Amino acid sequence: MESFLQPVADLFGPLWVVVWTLVKIIAIVAPLMGAVAYMTLAERKVIGFMQVRIGPNRAGPFGLLQPVADGLKLLFKEIIAPTRASKSLFFLGPVLAIAPALAAWAVVPFSDGLVLANVNAGLLFLMAITSLEVYGVIISGWASNSKYAMLGTLRAAAQMVSYELSLGFALICVLMVSGSLNLTEIVTGQGEGYFASMGLGILSWNWLSLLPMFGVFFISGIAETNRAPFDVVEGESEIVAGHMIEYSGMSFAIFFLAEYANMILVSVLTTVFFLGGWLSPVGFLPDGIWWLLAKAAFLLFVFLWVRATFPRFRYDQIMRLGWKVFIPLCLFWVFVLGIWIMSPLSIWK
Amino acid sequence: MGAIKDFFGSVVLLELFKGMALTGRHFFARKITIQFPEEKTPQSPRFRGLHALRRYPNGEERCIACKLCEAVCPALAITIESAQRDDGSRRTTRYDIDLTKCIFCGFCEEACPVDAIVETRVLEYHGEKRGDLYYTKQMLLAVGDRFEKQIAEDRAMDARYR
Repeated sequence: MESFLQPVADLFGPLWVVVWTLVKIIAIVAPLMGAVAYMTLAERKVIGFMQVRIGPNRAGPFGLLQPVADGLKLLFKEIIAPTRASKSLFFLGPVLAIAPALAAWAVVPFSDGLVLANVNAGLLFLMAITSLEVYGVIISGWASNSKYAMLGTLRAAAQMVSYELSLGFALICVLMVSGSLNLTEIVTGQGEGYFASMGLGILSWNWLSLLPMFGVFFISGIAETNRAPFDVVEGESEIVAGHMIEYSGMSFAIFFLAEYANMILVSVLTTVFFLGGWLSPVGFLPDGIWWLLAKAAFLLFVFLWVRATFPRFRYDQIMRLGWKVFIPLCLFWVFVLGIWIMSPLSIWK
Repeated sequence: MGAIKDFFGSVVLLELFKGMALTGRHFFARKITIQFPEEKTPQSPRFRGLHALRRYPNGEERCIACKLCEAVCPALAITIESAQRDDGSRRTTRYDIDLTKCIFCGFCEEACPVDAIVETRVLEYHGEKRGDLYYTKQMLLAVGDRFEKQIAEDRAMDARYR
């Protein structure tokens, strides 16, 4: 694969590893940023359509230049830091919000072999990195020295920590059936089984055998990214924007980039863990990265669909759902799954 | 029995899926957005937009400075000063409407005994600096001259109901 690049590699010498890795990082982050930009447009369009409106359509054909216009506007706006804010932490907040959202992509397999770092503990790495996301929210809210930001932070801390548990338990179930922490192996493991050998791969993927966990994972993912109907952290109608309230210009835009990058990440991860990643749903069509993109795009549409449909949960309802419904359900399912795997009826041999 | 049904309904997220089916249907529904500068909603002949002072066909201004509009105006947006003209008739020397105060209730129009002050269908007007929306007698008469045809048509259409 890299043979035709050999002359270039010789030019850089020992630095080639660094350069090649940077090229691969750019190859992931650049399309991701493009997807984030157009996700904002897609969100406005989809929600508009569901409200029987047509959404933005003035900037360019079908409003396709709208993300560019929004980006330029934010770029030229002044970045204001509150006088009483802790300046260094205040600007560290957005950085800490976006860094894990991008770092997690290192282990995401886009196709067989198409992954930046094919590490054995990919699932653990993901759990570790996504846990860091809450720090961006907490630090920005705390450093803003504002009561709204503080309230948003308190909510975020409780909510993101709570839903991480059910997220983790859902992943434990995936781990139990696949027997591997490597994301590539988790996907290829889903391509084997009774239905897959019949040419109906779609029924062999984890979503069917782990149906409750699929639901728990996706719903927890929505809560983890602080999206509607779990967006009390932002809560624009009560605490105006939560931790983002004191931010302006690009520092505000970074939070949005992080939120949408996280949405895309959760969609891709749900695809990898439950919807068979890049595997084709039926036997006669070839596998490939386009399947991953299509499945993730559908889940992103569901993100927007959910936002257009449901009103915001009350804070105590969010906590109730997380602690009194999801976690007991996960624990019960881990138990049931363990028995199922050990029993003669196991479908994961 | 109902409780068990409700429990299973909530376990399989029945109501959530029903809600999503509703928004899903609306996603494909025909859109009702009216794209403003190109498309416009139909207007009633009674539309209450920018004010105008009318004239008689012979060019004489209708207003007789009775000040009924000034008296009825709930927002105190109208200021009138009157004096006797050389021919002995009472006329306004000043007729100002502060459109930033006006609430477009149409009372001035209804109070007017000679149909002098009217509200036109014009809604796309603006001011670029403070004071631009303070309309003087000359400005109001100019609006009236410009839209007289439309104003007269609208009065004629509404005449049966007044």
